[in-house]
Formats: sequence, structure tokens, C-alpha cells
Amino acid sequence: MSDVHTTVDAKGLSCPMPIVKTAQAVKTVPAGELIEVLATDPGSVKDFAAWTRSTGNAIVEQSEDDGVYRFLIKRS
Amino acid sequence: MATETQAPEAEAATTAEEQLTEAIAAAAQPDDEANVPVQRQLVIINWSGDFDKVLPTLIMGSVAAASGYKTSVFLTFWGLLPFVKDSKRITGDNTMQKMLSFMQRPGISHMKMSKMNFMGMGPWMIGKLSEQYNVASPQELLEACQLMGVEFLPCQMTMDMFGLKREDMIDGLGDPVGAATVLELMTEDHTGSLFI
Repeated sequence: MSDVHTTVDAKGLSCPMPIVKTAQAVKTVPAGELIEVLATDPGSVKDFAAWTRSTGNAIVEQSEDDGVYRFLIKRS
Repeated sequence: MATETQAPEAEAATTAEEQLTEAIAAAAQPDDEANVPVQRQLVIINWSGDFDKVLPTLIMGSVAAASGYKTSVFLTFWGLLPFVKDSKRITGDNTMQKMLSFMQRPGISHMKMSKMNFMGMGPWMIGKLSEQYNVASPQELLEACQLMGVEFLPCQMTMDMFGLKREDMIDGLGDPVGAATVLELMTEDHTGSLFI
């Protein structure tokens, strides 16, 4: 199980910044590596599902803890 | 289905069944092309230039680009003014053009709301709300767009009519284009377009 390559802290940010920051970070991540995204925006849950579908990346894991959503995304 | 079990028909049926089985097996093979996400496009005609309308332009634009869409924003009419440098207060060559810029201040930091502008209180209030709820400002969103590779296309006709020059505009804009270019983009496959 490879470690998280990059963490994107989007806590407290509203649309569209969680997606935009993640897209920026993904550019620096090699294929197959994992990106962890932390967000508090409830709208981001559906947004990340749509974004991964559009970009061909995959959500490996998704969880929520006390208002903070955690997405583990594998860079395709 | 034929109920005869005479040899020739049975053979014909078996061959057909074999062909069908083969066809199903072939269709079930993973298709390499199916895994490649299709190239989508978003074209936004940014016409109004209002604060509360340029925000969705920049948000949709940055998210589309972040999602791998080929994204173009056509800056036309009032929608071109926010993309003049903030530092340019009066633009234009003749009196009418200068008056225009005097009455409709150019620059992304000086946009007016389409509703509830309250002589400038409107944008200020939205600014305060944005700070409170961590919503990005127009300037931040513009930066995000540029970082994500959104193409901003100024309208040649608007530049001519308002007397705007390349030097008046912010950096990073594409070459001026016209309606035909935008129309072509809007009618390509897998393209969504918006008039804002």
C-alpha cells in the first residue's frame, strides 16, 4: 500500500477551490500515486465524484469525520 | 423458432448460434478506446460583465479546465471591460469611448452587481460574505482559471468599438477573435456553451 504522495488541504474552502487545488496538485503527482484531499465543503462530495469521472482518476477511499471529508484519489 | 430438427436446418441454426456467441464474446472484450475519457469542451460567452455574473463565468471556467475540458471564455461587450487592467481608469480614443470608460469603470476590481449594486455597497457586501464563508474572490478565480489553462478570447469588434488596445488589457489573454470562431467552437462535439 503506497503512502499518500501529496495531501491537499481544502478545509474551509468553498467551491470551486477544492477541485481547482486538487487539479493543480494532481499535475505534480506521478501516475499510480495517491493524493489525499481534505475538505469541509459538503458540495465537494458530488463534485469530486464528477471530477474523477471526467478526468479518469479514481476515488480509492472516501470518509467523513466530524465535518471533514477525506478523499483518497489515485492518479491514473 | 423452427421446431424442425432436420439436419440442414439444425446445422444452419448451430452456425448462427456460434456466430452469435462469437459476437457476444467479442463485444465483451475490454475496448481500449472505452477507457479514454472523451475530450469535452466548455465555451462561455462572457457578455454582461456584472460582478455577480463574472463570478459564475470564472467558477465554471476554472472547474471545467480543472476537469480536463478544453475551456474558452469569449469576452465580448460589457464582459470585456473587467479584463482591462485595473490601473487603466480611462480608455478609448474619442470622447464617446472615454465617456464610456468613465461611466463603466473597467477592471476586475471595479465590477458592478446586476442586482442590488446600491452604488457600490453591493460588491462590498459580497466581498465581506465571501471572506466570511471562504468563497474565492474574482481576482483569485481569475488566477485559478489562468493556472488551469482557460483560454480568454477578447472580441475584436468590442475592442474596436470601445477603443481598447492590447496594452489596456491584462496579460495572458488570447488573440482577439470574432463570432465565427466562437460559433465553430460552440457547435463541436461534446461541447457545452453558456451565455453569461
